[in-house]
Amino acid sequence: MAFELNGKTYETDEEGYLANLSQWDTDAAVYMAKEDDCDLDENHWQVINFLREYYDEYQIAPAVRVLTKAIGKKLGKDKGNSKYLYELFPYGPAKQACKYAGLPKPTGCV
Amino acid sequence: MAKPEFETPTLKEWVSTPAVQPDAMAHSRPFVAKPEHQASLGFPGELVENWQEVALDKMGELLGRYRSLQVFMDACVKCGACTDKCHYYLGTGDPKNMPVARQDLMRKVYRRYFTTAGKWFPKLVGAVELSEEVINDWYSYYHQCSECRRCSVYCPYGIDTSEITMAGREILATIGVGQKYSNEIIGKVHTIGNNLGLPEPALADTLEGLEEEIEEDISVPVKLPLDQAGADVLLVTPSADFFAEPHVDGLIGYAKVFHQAGISWTLSSYASEAANFGIFIGNYENMQKVAQRIRQAALDLGVKRIVIGECGHAWRVAYSFWNTLIGPFDFLDPAYPVPQHICEFTHDLNQRGGLKFDREANDDKVVTFHDSCNVSRGSRLGDTPGGQFTIPRDLIRAACTHFVDMAPDTIHEHTFCCGGGGGLLTDDLIELRVKGALPRAQALQQVIEQYGVTHMAAICAICKSQFSKVLPEYGMGMDMIISVHQLVGDALVFGSEH
Repeated sequence: MAFELNGKTYETDEEGYLANLSQWDTDAAVYMAKEDDCDLDENHWQVINFLREYYDEYQIAPAVRVLTKAIGKKLGKDKGNSKYLYELFPYGPAKQACKYAGLPKPTGCV
Repeated sequence: MAKPEFETPTLKEWVSTPAVQPDAMAHSRPFVAKPEHQASLGFPGELVENWQEVALDKMGELLGRYRSLQVFMDACVKCGACTDKCHYYLGTGDPKNMPVARQDLMRKVYRRYFTTAGKWFPKLVGAVELSEEVINDWYSYYHQCSECRRCSVYCPYGIDTSEITMAGREILATIGVGQKYSNEIIGKVHTIGNNLGLPEPALADTLEGLEEEIEEDISVPVKLPLDQAGADVLLVTPSADFFAEPHVDGLIGYAKVFHQAGISWTLSSYASEAANFGIFIGNYENMQKVAQRIRQAALDLGVKRIVIGECGHAWRVAYSFWNTLIGPFDFLDPAYPVPQHICEFTHDLNQRGGLKFDREANDDKVVTFHDSCNVSRGSRLGDTPGGQFTIPRDLIRAACTHFVDMAPDTIHEHTFCCGGGGGLLTDDLIELRVKGALPRAQALQQVIEQYGVTHMAAICAICKSQFSKVLPEYGMGMDMIISVHQLVGDALVFGSEH
């Protein structure tokens, strides 16, 4: 499966996650979010950028508490919790935000 | 991420048997494993050319290897006792989700090739050829069984549909048609050590962050040690405990208990997973390979005991199969059970007066308990019959003032699956998961209305993830579901006598 954008083809898996992390760019993120009726604003980007940085270092998406802690540090304690993240990404921060960040979908009992 | 279109069933006062709706779920099938997921488990990458021959050879092998399968193929008398016992039938009305019909998908092929009557007079005994259509049905409906074994409780012959489902899945994987979700995960355990694919540096970073969080929260230096050679206890827990909510609060609860008990313990980055999806796909060799990592980690770290965290099927594999799978455990301290469940561990400490609880800490909650199928029907806790039902409840009562049970025909050995067990906890099966959760949601709704229940505790990572996803579909909060050890940890009093 794949989608095309500005003449570039992005390979995806069955659920629309990018097959190749290196193909990711901001246009792809905006496009994937739009497909889910989600307009990415600055708050979404804070999360997406953190996910990408963390993935670069650890080759895995951050655990939920690692993520909420980091977002809390950046944006204030009132935002360092899953409730805030679910408001941004109603399908679940781990899965939805990972998709827009170009990361593979987390597997396992999660 | 658009929501698939289906109707969430409406909750009624009690579970009623639905009218039969043929093929209502014929469209439900999980993604097929990719060649690389198949290869790392020792299965062919795609459908083999001579698939009929390979499938029948495999079926013959399994019938010889597992006497139970042979008995289950022969013993059914079509009494009908199982027909309304499966949560997937109750939630979907698809007659192929009646346990007897699920069994018959294999039984009709078995009769055609493995019984004299079926070889000579197939029509008389309902025997059919192994066709592409049959294989398609198998793929669809053997992935609509969560191997929860509820039907077997009601079968007068004790036929266990889960073993037939396991055999069906193994035959499918052997001809090249495995399930993506389970097989990708097993591959990650083989290479990285856990279902998530969480490498050691990320695990270490995560645990360090949790230690800081606990200390900030309660000002007690509770540790989450990793790869600490010479520790007394190796704790093996589902990797969801590191990663997800509400699981992580259960992990924090275990750590608090170890801290308060003053027992040295460690997690392992090599065996950073309790779950063993090898059982889900019915493949002995993969189940053994996954379990072997735990034995190896215990030997390498030189521990005296192995304790298993809150994970349903991990406990079944450990309790029921470890001894022959990866035993003997003569290198562990014989004074303790091998393996030991974290609930047994905490319960034992509490019985001996080693823990003190302030139940007021949980006074904002009215709690009920969801028995997980693999603990309830596939194993036991403690050393008395029914310990798997009493021990978790005793722990909850020790930590909470307000506890009530759900309806008797939905708990203990009659418990309903959460709807996501047995390798079905994947988004490509969300319709099945929502519909299969109906009986449990109904029982929960009843105690919410009657007793004002606010939380449902569980001791299984799959149950926790499944309920946080599907309860909102039934108008309940995703944070209703919590870990038993979250309740324990929140009420634990530190610094009292050991």
